[in-house]
Amino acid sequence: MADTEFDFSALEKRLNVSRRTFLKFCTGVAASLGLGTEAAYAMAEAVADKKKRPPVIWLHGQECTGPTEALLRSEQPSLEHLILDLISLDYHQTLDAGAGHHVEELKRHAMQENKGKYLLVVEGAIPLAQDGIFCKIGGQTMVDATREAAENAAAIVAYGSCASWGGVQAASPNPTGAVGAPQFLKDKTVVTIPGCPPNPANFIGTVLFFVTYGKLPPIDGKGRPKWAYGRLIHENCYRRPHFDAGRFATEFGDEGHQKGWCLYKLGCKGPETYNNCPSLEFNNVGGGVWPIGVGHPCFGCSEEGTGFNKALFSLSDVKTHTPPNAFPTIDSREDASSATVTTAALAGAAVGAALGASAVAGSKLGKKESEQE
Amino acid sequence: MNRRDFLKTSLGSAAMAATAGVAEARPNLEPAPQAIGMLFDSTLCVGCKACVTACKTVNGNKPTIVGEDLQWDSARDLAPETFNVIKVYTDGNQLTKDSEVDGFAFEKRSCMHCVDPGCVSVCPVTALVKDPVTGIVTYDVDACIGCRTCMTGCPYNVPQFDYDNPFGALHKCEMCNQKGLERINNGMMTGCAEACPTGATLFGSREALLDEAKKRMALKPGEVYNYPRGDVRDPSSYHEKAVPEYRQHIWGEKEAGGTNVMHISSIPFDKLGMPPLGERSFVSISESVQHTLYSYMALPAVVLGGLTWLVKRNTDGDDEGGEQ
Amino acid sequence: MSEHYEPLQRRVVTVPFVLLGLVALVGLYYLGVRFVNGMGAVTNLNGGFPWGIWVVYDIVVGTALACGGYALAVTVYIFNKGKYHPLMRAALLASLLGYGLGGLGAIIDMGRWWQFYNLFLPWQMNFNSVMLEVGLCVSAYIIVLMIEFSPTVMEKFKAEALQARLNKVLFLVIALGVLLPTMHQSSLGTMLIAMGWKVHPLWQTLHLQPLLAVLTAFTMGFAIVVWEASLSSIGFRRTPETHLLSGLGKIIVGLISVYLLIRFGEIIYRGKLSLAFAGDLGSLMFVIETALFVYPLVVLLSPKGRENGRSLLWAAVSMLLAGSLYRFNAFLITMDPGQGYSYFPSFPEIMVTLGLVAIEIMVFLFVVKTFPVLPRDHQPAADAKSAA
Repeated sequence: MADTEFDFSALEKRLNVSRRTFLKFCTGVAASLGLGTEAAYAMAEAVADKKKRPPVIWLHGQECTGPTEALLRSEQPSLEHLILDLISLDYHQTLDAGAGHHVEELKRHAMQENKGKYLLVVEGAIPLAQDGIFCKIGGQTMVDATREAAENAAAIVAYGSCASWGGVQAASPNPTGAVGAPQFLKDKTVVTIPGCPPNPANFIGTVLFFVTYGKLPPIDGKGRPKWAYGRLIHENCYRRPHFDAGRFATEFGDEGHQKGWCLYKLGCKGPETYNNCPSLEFNNVGGGVWPIGVGHPCFGCSEEGTGFNKALFSLSDVKTHTPPNAFPTIDSREDASSATVTTAALAGAAVGAALGASAVAGSKLGKKESEQE
Repeated sequence: MNRRDFLKTSLGSAAMAATAGVAEARPNLEPAPQAIGMLFDSTLCVGCKACVTACKTVNGNKPTIVGEDLQWDSARDLAPETFNVIKVYTDGNQLTKDSEVDGFAFEKRSCMHCVDPGCVSVCPVTALVKDPVTGIVTYDVDACIGCRTCMTGCPYNVPQFDYDNPFGALHKCEMCNQKGLERINNGMMTGCAEACPTGATLFGSREALLDEAKKRMALKPGEVYNYPRGDVRDPSSYHEKAVPEYRQHIWGEKEAGGTNVMHISSIPFDKLGMPPLGERSFVSISESVQHTLYSYMALPAVVLGGLTWLVKRNTDGDDEGGEQ
Repeated sequence: MSEHYEPLQRRVVTVPFVLLGLVALVGLYYLGVRFVNGMGAVTNLNGGFPWGIWVVYDIVVGTALACGGYALAVTVYIFNKGKYHPLMRAALLASLLGYGLGGLGAIIDMGRWWQFYNLFLPWQMNFNSVMLEVGLCVSAYIIVLMIEFSPTVMEKFKAEALQARLNKVLFLVIALGVLLPTMHQSSLGTMLIAMGWKVHPLWQTLHLQPLLAVLTAFTMGFAIVVWEASLSSIGFRRTPETHLLSGLGKIIVGLISVYLLIRFGEIIYRGKLSLAFAGDLGSLMFVIETALFVYPLVVLLSPKGRENGRSLLWAAVSMLLAGSLYRFNAFLITMDPGQGYSYFPSFPEIMVTLGLVAIEIMVFLFVVKTFPVLPRDHQPAADAKSAA
């Protein structure tokens, strides 16, 4: 699709961004998803078309509001504008200007009006213990609120580690019985964008995909979009060559640490954490600012069973999907040799010559003996 | 019956049967009194190759460069410049670590420092020696004639000759205790064990390592165990990890008389490239045969006496041959 | 005694001689490369196959092929069959050359050849080592062979006094010349024990290795005498010595029978027979090898086969191939040092071996034409004068 066919002027006014910046953003998101320029234009068009903006119901459970805060502080150009304008944010407990029963009423109204069309975003864990009394908003427990909102949602996105698998409050002993949205809504498909906080780019990309194509991007067994969580941090980490070469920082501030060696021995959870931090870096801040970039081992914040569950400096399991080719197999040897045509022929000729000489001698011998007789 | 099974099952009995009536067979050698060794736990190995790098650094070996494209160490197997290498076992989709089916596992290749070393037994010039105290198998380059019999006598194909050098020598792991390095004598541990981030390569006395290995065998899969790193007798640190499903087999406890470097894993050892060995070492058999035939040179002397008498009798009166 | 032997008064430089010289030159060139650039430059040796054809052909098989002197010495001097004496010198010469080649092969294959003397320093010797025994015995036997062959040289240069002195102690040397090959030929078998699991089970006979090795070497010794005598009589157009050789055929039959009995006895006793029909390389080689052993047995069993020069020669060739293949199989072809290893000799490697063999044949031709080695031809063939 040629960009001339499309009128961006309204959009430029609405979002207060230049056409160039906007297209750059869309192209960037599309590239993150592994899609081409065409998809970027499709996304741009979807965003520009007001009618396509899906209504969003945004629930907060047990959490610190980190995901929303991360989203708001994103460094990409006018991201907050995009977020607020590419979706129709009908209900968001942190950002809503109004408050009290009035807002709750609006939420119910929006859900009723957009039955089967709205996007549900869950942020924060859902406490199940004692009938969910540990988290209540407007007199309604998170359990009930989530169940109610999920009923008629077109799609459900669990945003942040708390919503994805329970997060910090689900760590042992978990007194409130906190679980993530996928564990609570067992019969629904829940896309998870784990991270503490999650990278807003992963959220935006997923939502844009949904807005553009009306369906969710491919997800893995834990509901994570494969484009963002398909690889271990370890696989793309720029300290990986140090790991492969066996160069490790063993203490904070030691020689290896100063030289930027691998942080595995300091307890880095990159080898067991699926996320795209090495390529997008934390929170899109840029400048190499993400835990491993600043010399701190990965905490595994986005990985269920790792973040908040394993000790910070404990050794991680290296989960490599396919062992890299650089490993020799058991039967790989140095200098194995096999016969070539020349050598085989030569060996054959040598044996043949000895046999041939014998054959000639044999026949002559026979002749001579018969002559003598 | 395949070859492997055959060798495994019949070795012991076959050896016994054939010795009958010859002489008392030489039994396997015993571990050295203060045998130093290592324990490689394949389930702990994460394939970081820190040990490979450390080994090359400590021993001053150059990296193995493959072609012009790979400019980092890519040793595929033991080689003159590689005393230690991490190899991978893979099966099917290679998804699960330490799973025999559809999994992968790492395996270390280095000198096993046999209790009854084949290389030491077959070397004609005593270039390879098992240290009487530490049990470390060391190499004396000034004695070596380069006949490479040690390579044929090693069940693990460990000694490597530097063919590409007109004045090449044999190369193998000497537990970082060769002349000029002597890490063990100076109270240090081997380079690989020191570098290992997970304790997959654990240093220590053979006795302590065997105890540790047996302890791990007895653990229940899934329970958390505090794995030591460094020297098993005085670990530099520990790390907690769930216990995997170990094979109830400590490679090197008994194989061919045992080894000072022992392996444990979740994968059968033949899959990890270990040879089909029985409990009796092959060199104990060959030495039995050899010492039966050449004990104090008595038999050759007697035979020579008899032969001399026969030849003398048959050549008397006829300078060169017997009766016509 | 001098009337027993005489030199062949023929031209030394013939067409075959020149051709052999060319092969030798190529071999020597690669040998030069080996000493300048290292063995890796010319051989296909690797970590799993430290021994290639230089060891397995030049030493293991080559010395067995050079057992003619040994086999005849036992027959003539131990079993007192003096009628075979005329074949003695040629056999001794071939043995000397074969063992010389073996010794040379050992040096060129020795990675640290400049330190070879360590083998002879008592404080360096490892008396557990089979290789030490082989090294010392082969070295000693080469000297013994030189002494055994020296009467021929003395005769040529008419050093009669020296020869008379030597004759007084020659019996001791001859006895040694029987003992030493018995020792190291059996040790070549013992060497296979230490190689353990790498040797194919059909060839890994453990305690029987030395016996089988010495038996095959001995049998090959007789076969090579038959082969050499037959080829000499054709090549030099002399009267065939079939009447002498057929007697050796009888001995070969006996030896092969004993060998096959032990070999198959061991295989059946240890339940390895199924491996012979496994359909893999090992079983194929075993079948070929066994066929080569059985062929001479069948041919030489009948007096007709023994007394026909041609069938005798073919039986000897088959036996030589059988014995050589037995060793090649055990040491190289069916040897399996582990997954991923493979070996086939490189072109230069084969050329070096062929070059050494060519030199061996050239020296043989030269010596029989200038020294009294071959028995005097009592019935000169009609065309003897025009022969090469």
